[in-house]
Amino acid sequence: MKKTNVIQAVGLTKMFGDFMAVNAITFDVKKGEIFGFLGANGAGKTTAMKMLIGISTPTSGSAQVAGFDVFTQAENIKKNIGYMSQKFALYDDLTVKENITFFGGIYGLSKVRIKEKTKELIEDLGLKEVSDQLIGSLPLGWKQKISFSVALLHEPKIVFLDEPTGGVDPITRRQFWELIYRASHQGTTIFVTTHYMDEAEYCDRVSIMVNGKIEALDTPKKLKKQFNVDSMNDVFLKLARG
Amino acid sequence: MGITVSNISKSYKKVKALQTISFEVKPNELFGLIGPDGAGKTTLFRILTTLLIANEGKATVAGFDVLDDFKDIRKHVGYMPGRFSLYQDLTVEENLKFFATIFGTTLEENYELIEDIYVQIEPFKDRRAGKLSGGMKQKLALCCSLIHKPKVLFLDEPTTGVDPVSRKELWEMLKRLQQKGITILVSTPYMDEAALCDRIALIQDGKILLIDTPENIVKQYPKTIYDVSANNMYQLINSLKTYPHQYSVYPFGEFVHYTDTRLDFNPNDLKIYLEENNLSNITIEQTQATIEDSFMELAK
Amino acid sequence: MKRFKGFVTKEFYHIFRDRRSLFILFGMPIVQVLLFGFAITNEINKVDIAILDHSKDATTKEIINKISASRYFSINQHIDREANIEAVFKKGKVRAVLNFEKDFNKNLIKEHQATIQIITDATDPNSASTISNYVNSILQNYQQEQNKAIAINYVITPQPRMVYNPELKSVYMFVPGVMTIILMLVSAMMTSISITREKELGTMEILLVSPLKPFQVIIGKVFPYIFLSIINAVVIVLLSIFIFKMPVQGSLLLLGLVSVLFIISALALGILISTISASQQTAMMISLMGLMLPVILLSGFIFPISSMPLPLQIISHVIPAKWFIIILKGIMLKGVGLQFIWKETLILLGMTIFFIGLSVRRYKIRLE
Repeated sequence: MKKTNVIQAVGLTKMFGDFMAVNAITFDVKKGEIFGFLGANGAGKTTAMKMLIGISTPTSGSAQVAGFDVFTQAENIKKNIGYMSQKFALYDDLTVKENITFFGGIYGLSKVRIKEKTKELIEDLGLKEVSDQLIGSLPLGWKQKISFSVALLHEPKIVFLDEPTGGVDPITRRQFWELIYRASHQGTTIFVTTHYMDEAEYCDRVSIMVNGKIEALDTPKKLKKQFNVDSMNDVFLKLARG
Repeated sequence: MGITVSNISKSYKKVKALQTISFEVKPNELFGLIGPDGAGKTTLFRILTTLLIANEGKATVAGFDVLDDFKDIRKHVGYMPGRFSLYQDLTVEENLKFFATIFGTTLEENYELIEDIYVQIEPFKDRRAGKLSGGMKQKLALCCSLIHKPKVLFLDEPTTGVDPVSRKELWEMLKRLQQKGITILVSTPYMDEAALCDRIALIQDGKILLIDTPENIVKQYPKTIYDVSANNMYQLINSLKTYPHQYSVYPFGEFVHYTDTRLDFNPNDLKIYLEENNLSNITIEQTQATIEDSFMELAK
Repeated sequence: MKRFKGFVTKEFYHIFRDRRSLFILFGMPIVQVLLFGFAITNEINKVDIAILDHSKDATTKEIINKISASRYFSINQHIDREANIEAVFKKGKVRAVLNFEKDFNKNLIKEHQATIQIITDATDPNSASTISNYVNSILQNYQQEQNKAIAINYVITPQPRMVYNPELKSVYMFVPGVMTIILMLVSAMMTSISITREKELGTMEILLVSPLKPFQVIIGKVFPYIFLSIINAVVIVLLSIFIFKMPVQGSLLLLGLVSVLFIISALALGILISTISASQQTAMMISLMGLMLPVILLSGFIFPISSMPLPLQIISHVIPAKWFIIILKGIMLKGVGLQFIWKETLILLGMTIFFIGLSVRRYKIRLE
């Protein structure tokens, strides 16, 4: 059964003055896929991602996300995707429930739906005792799991995760990835960037950006074979070092 | 010229950041403090660099007591706090000159110590620090912390948020520095970097889980680990978790690290079980434990 | 609409859960209204005046009694010669001198007219006019009472004279005040922000773990701002002399020295503020609310202190700006020398040493 593409980019480019941050990248992401988007700092990852989530207009090229054009339908894209970043996810001075209610409202969920989803989320993550506590008082790992679930409140087709697991202990990291697996299993497409190379191995396919271009795009297994190494870490080193 | 820590405890209001920590770093050792955010690494560093006072316990750095002889410590240590604390609006050269002068030395005096790091940023010496890439900032910060030839070097999460290439380069630099007679204490959340240290301390929630060489820690792993793979990762994890004899199930890249509660575990039993759960392409092979496995086992 | 409501609800949560914003929203307006309400007043209250009575007869005594009985005035002293008037003003406490001419009573009876000179210190032109008017009205009142009884119209002619600022230019009042505020702003606020910025960026940690001694860091931070503030002071004085045609009657050297003293006191305050602020924002807020506002309201720069209720008057004593403005006005407008302002200068010096001592003690050599 042919899977449909939820992201399709052709020659996507972004220039800041003379500087070409993203150089004509072409790739696609299939529905339900866990797609890893890797690259060194300054390689153009963040810029590319900003174009795909509709907050930065490309200089040239084309891209469709969730069926909408990034140039002309950016607002529709924003409505149909979820987003979570390491730097900011939830409001520290609001409780768990208040955060869910707020984001639910922003995503246009009805009051009834928000109530349902709140109950679901709290049960699912085992947060009954802390649901009325301020987010700021919870450990980092819990915050991240909650923000991921909040990004999925409105059941978007695609979720963009920007380095979601920084600094968290190994057990919590894996619990987070189990949430990702489950979402992917249920048909949500996951677009994730990360610095943990072992997490690259969890992805169905991985792309690696170097200096604004995509230098590699395939499954982790095939990439390791192609570069004749044992780990994604070594793939990355070979590519980036040149 | 090492570090000793005896029963150090530190609390902030209700939070116990460190609970009775004790360990030693031998002179010239490359010692790693391994643990996630919130483990207490930065608090410990700040106590050892005399920026904080512990509630209980004693510590010495290069033979000096952190409480009574803090002025001496501040003359003889190099410190690189997290997040590259440099002056963003000064150039590379200006930053180096500044730190050299407050330590009463010059760039030339200890040049051979920082030479192989400095040559990588020298082409940018007139660029403002704020305009450097993450990897360059890291190298500059390292130079600034070494400029006075410290006896002990403290690096608090120098590789966090940095790409694998720069991470590798940093550790290569640290190994070379170690040969020049400096004791180095590094903290990191990346377990794979632990293998590069002489000895490591695994720390979580303010407590030390274990201190030893990376090899010994891995050897001490109590169970046999199996790499398990199948056609569908998600299903595999779920099936393994519902297997009655499972002890631990952790995804590790393309495999799942599986350990069984039974001593006489036969992998074939597992294979049959997984096939019954509609999985195919199943492989089950014994594998070596890693630091991460050990950490998770100890932190349970 | 729902989205909007959700967003607004969240904003309310943020506001009510942040102590700082609560203070700004509710605490500050109350404080400000109280301060402004009590401080801003055009009335005068127990203003010190001096009497120069050339006649010393029954009538002058009556008038003097009437004036002293009113709550607006308080008789500070009697002087016996015109030559002493200048000295009395230079001392600074007396705001007006009433000069009764010779043979006051005789002139009233014989020629039905006598004059009183009302000489007011117009370095604060607003209150000078008010004082003059109030004396006038007391005199009018007295005349009416007397004329009723006697059925002959005596006329007491008041001759107002404004010294130091005969044209009642308000710029004479503003320039010393503005100079004080700017020096305070540049020195205190900028110093406190500069130190807290190092804390915020994390570079302070590295400075601490180094052989640098605390006082080296403090002096190093403060040094550039001394120079910049002096330049500012010079520019302000030049501007006021050449554009506003303000006089500088007294010694420029003395003016410079006292200004430097004030700058140092402001710098010390800046360091003190940095020891209690964790962020640049906090430092800025404390500088503005804790320094700027009291200086504007309670230093006597715009609103006369003597008209304020006693608690505010007491508070104004601890504000260095108040003493500096007295000195500034004295030197610039009255041309006084050190002998007249030594008290204020000494107070300012004492405050400066106190602030320096306090901030050095509070300067943390550790992160906690």
